[in-house]
Amino acid sequence: MLTYIIRRFLLALLTIASISVLSFAIIQLPPGDYVTAYIAQLASSGVDVTPEFAENLRQQYGLDSPIYVQYFKWMEQIARGNFGRSLEWQVPVLTIIGDRLWLTMAVSISAVLFTWGLALPIGIYSAVRQYSIADYIFTFVGFIGLAVPSFLLALILMYLGFRYFGANIGGLFSPEYLQADWSPAKVWDLIKHLPLPALILGTAGTAQLIRIMRANLLDELRKPYVITARAKGMSEFRLILKYPVRAALNPFVSTLGYLFPFIISGSIIVALVLGLPTIGPLLLRALVAQDMFLAGTIVLFLGILTVLGTFISDILLMWIDPRIRFERRE
Amino acid sequence: MNSAPILTVDNLKTYFFTDEGTVKAVDGASFAVQAGKTVGIVGESGCGKSVTALSILRIIQRPGRIIDGEILLRRVDGAGKSSEVDLARLDPEGGEIRAIRGGEIALVFQEPMTSFSPHYTIGNQIIETIQLHQDISKAEARNRSIELLRMVGIPRPERRIDEYPFELSGGLRQRVMIAMALSCNPRILIADEPTTALDVTTQAQILDLLREIQERTRMSVIIITHDMGVIAEMADDVIVMYLGRVVESGPVDEIFHQPKHPYTQALLRSIPSIFAEPRSKLPTIAGSIPHPHNRPSGCPFHPRCNERMAGLCDVYAPRLLPIGERQMASCFLYHEPEEAPQA
Amino acid sequence: MSPPPAASRAFEGEFDEALVTTAAEERVSVATQWQLMWWRFRKHRLAVFSSIVIAVFYLVAIFADFLAYADPHKTEAFRSLIAPQPIHFFDEGRFSPHVFALIGKRDPRTFKRVYEPDPEQKIALRFFAQGYEYKFLGLFPTNLHLIGVDGGNAEELIFLLGTDQLGRDLWSRLMIACRLSLTIGLAGVTLSLVLGVLLGGISGLYGGAIDTLIQRVIEILRSIPTIPLWMGLAAAMPRDWGVVQVYFAITVILSLIGWTDLARVVRGRFLALREEDFVLAAELAGVGQMRIILRHMAPSFLSHIIAATTLALPNMIISETALSFLGLGLRPPAVSWGVLLQDAQNIQTVAISPWLLSAALPVIIVILAFNFLGDGLRDAADPYG
Repeated sequence: MLTYIIRRFLLALLTIASISVLSFAIIQLPPGDYVTAYIAQLASSGVDVTPEFAENLRQQYGLDSPIYVQYFKWMEQIARGNFGRSLEWQVPVLTIIGDRLWLTMAVSISAVLFTWGLALPIGIYSAVRQYSIADYIFTFVGFIGLAVPSFLLALILMYLGFRYFGANIGGLFSPEYLQADWSPAKVWDLIKHLPLPALILGTAGTAQLIRIMRANLLDELRKPYVITARAKGMSEFRLILKYPVRAALNPFVSTLGYLFPFIISGSIIVALVLGLPTIGPLLLRALVAQDMFLAGTIVLFLGILTVLGTFISDILLMWIDPRIRFERRE
Repeated sequence: MNSAPILTVDNLKTYFFTDEGTVKAVDGASFAVQAGKTVGIVGESGCGKSVTALSILRIIQRPGRIIDGEILLRRVDGAGKSSEVDLARLDPEGGEIRAIRGGEIALVFQEPMTSFSPHYTIGNQIIETIQLHQDISKAEARNRSIELLRMVGIPRPERRIDEYPFELSGGLRQRVMIAMALSCNPRILIADEPTTALDVTTQAQILDLLREIQERTRMSVIIITHDMGVIAEMADDVIVMYLGRVVESGPVDEIFHQPKHPYTQALLRSIPSIFAEPRSKLPTIAGSIPHPHNRPSGCPFHPRCNERMAGLCDVYAPRLLPIGERQMASCFLYHEPEEAPQA
Repeated sequence: MSPPPAASRAFEGEFDEALVTTAAEERVSVATQWQLMWWRFRKHRLAVFSSIVIAVFYLVAIFADFLAYADPHKTEAFRSLIAPQPIHFFDEGRFSPHVFALIGKRDPRTFKRVYEPDPEQKIALRFFAQGYEYKFLGLFPTNLHLIGVDGGNAEELIFLLGTDQLGRDLWSRLMIACRLSLTIGLAGVTLSLVLGVLLGGISGLYGGAIDTLIQRVIEILRSIPTIPLWMGLAAAMPRDWGVVQVYFAITVILSLIGWTDLARVVRGRFLALREEDFVLAAELAGVGQMRIILRHMAPSFLSHIIAATTLALPNMIISETALSFLGLGLRPPAVSWGVLLQDAQNIQTVAISPWLLSAALPVIIVILAFNFLGDGLRDAADPYG
């Protein structure tokens, strides 16, 4: 059991390392080095840049050294909590990202919860009542959910909201809370605004999970242990929940590891359409403005959050399947 | 011994309504189980043995359905008065049949590898059965489970009870399965191919165990198998099934020494024997089991029967009728046709 | 009924199998694997229908210029944001398709241009009419179009799906957009397929350290959120790249991450097949490794690869659309569904001119069709299952 956790943990570390390399690559990719760009930006905005300051910056990021040294210098700065400054906003990157990161998490986690909360019962129902009318309806709706990319769904819902309710249904806060400090009332306002983005983000994943759950459960329902349990005299409801559902949960949970990156991915672009104050629009703007420290840091953070989510799902999986706990596979 | 049977199956018909057509898995099977005796049901795969067992417990899955017949379970109350309940008429998801499943009639299944859920310990699965039928605490149920495991010959049961099924060997798992079936002192134990998936030595041990338990508890056993050897070793009475029908029934000695139905005779001929001439070919039954969708008309066995009578066996369906004192067979070698041709 | 367990074969295997097989079973037992798959696929009505839909879409891509009637790149400020125009098929009981002419006016209060149909001026639609010049398949210069008007100035008169802000005809742009949107998926999938089969195959064939390494790489790639990564890579493309360069760069970016699914399928099949008795039998018979792979294993996983590829295509199409929608993928003057949807980014604009969303429809239909087709293929891929 311990080796399983350690192995998963090492893999997570490795993934974070790879993501940091990719983030660094994103910072490096645009032509010209960023310190030059940064100083030019400072100068153009009227800040007096001393040659010492410029030289200091070059030293700090090791711009004269080979690329891998630069990478390690960057990592070193990050380890100290220095993520660099945003070229466009003229403030430390962390200041800008701040709340947006947590709001991104709030949206993504509620989307995952929504996905689970809906996919699990519907998947079970569809399998147990295979070929019923409701099963066909769910299958059909599921296919539509799968085929409509989340940002299109957001666009269409926004249009419908605008058209029929005359209201902007996007955003995460009511206008009066937009600039307000955090308070219980603001949190409640946030919670009230979460379902729509969660629904939009979760739809595709829900459709997929319903199909996975249904197929797995159909397989499990045919297994002899179900007959055994039935022959014991268990009630059908309890039986299905205790045995086949438990078994079908296994592949279900293992998809969480892929669901989370998928939802984070989707949240970037959906946030743009819905005008959510999350990290997505910031990333796009940073990329378009070639504000590379900001963009690189965002990619790094998103990557780390995803890896954490995946790691948690792995631990959940272990808790659910005793065969993994015993490190034996049949 | 000729008291009223504990379980009577009469003209049971269980059909599966699939897209391709109706499969008559059990098509008018009748037999009786005496208290404290072992009935062996024998036949090839697909003859309806397992479906019969599942029908008795009412756990036939869609698209299967019992469409006709009675399954009478006899009970004797404290005052010695007996009553009967027709299992075929109960709501398959209702409380009454669920109290009978596992409580009065228990099932040992043919797949020891997959008959347990891999997600729970064996203890969990046995304790659950006990608590479903008896109003006792978890601790008591656990003690009882350990006792049961010891009874079926599991070494160190107090440790084994917390193990997962995949940690046990096939033989041990089948023992656990038997322990679970016995946990509520059932009056009837249905063992569906209990030894098929096990190796030969383990098979013998499991059969010994079953016999020993039956002698001790005086319960009735229905053992379902395709293996004539198992029948010879275990059964008091034998029922031979072919394509969903009982073609012959009777006490084990009669079936083995004076088989009446050509199918029973053929089955017995095709058992390999160590006394056979070396390098001689094992007799087989000609042809193979027909596809479930094209059942032969008349006697279902006639296309493979070497004593078939043209114009008779392929037109009329024989009924199961007595031959001699305790034996029954459905064959026109012994009876005249009495009904109109079957479609 | 379940097949007999292994132990019972000794008893039952003696029966002569061939005697009672019916004609239908006979047909099944002599059919080739591909015939069986075709039979099975044919039963999946939705998949068959979807394959027709997809074929139609690719035909549209080929004949896009013919189906368009207005030059998709021609801007005209006086035709900005015209609403879709209904076609009237009958004129006084006779079949004579026509549209009403539009009269542009300026709203005296908002100073916006508004267009009103004039039922008095009927403009007859002509089939196989002359229109703008184009080269069919990039080779044969012609000006033939499916519909048009007398005089060849269709872009001034017909607006089946309306126009965008720059006055370009949406119907015509939608037709042209099929090309890039549908082929970029194919190109991306082809590249992913090469990577996936190569790496998945190596992984499954050799096992050991190489397998572990490739599996770790796949796991890492799959746990990285793709859109930010794509965005980062796409944003790094030099601004002065032409349409073709961007097209290939996007293809490469998409397939660099998209190959993992295919690699998993290939590896999974390889591992499963390696254990199969017929492969062992071939090995024992002294068949060479290459021949075992090509002759014995390939036929049984080819079908799975085709199914997996079909299921990977819609993802590619969604990805391209998403990137272009963000302005990081294909850029004007290239025309793809994503580029068209870029105009719909602003919800206020969409609320006033909902026809700008029309590119969403082909996206949804194509993705749905590919999903159904892929499902059908996957079911058919295992005809013995």
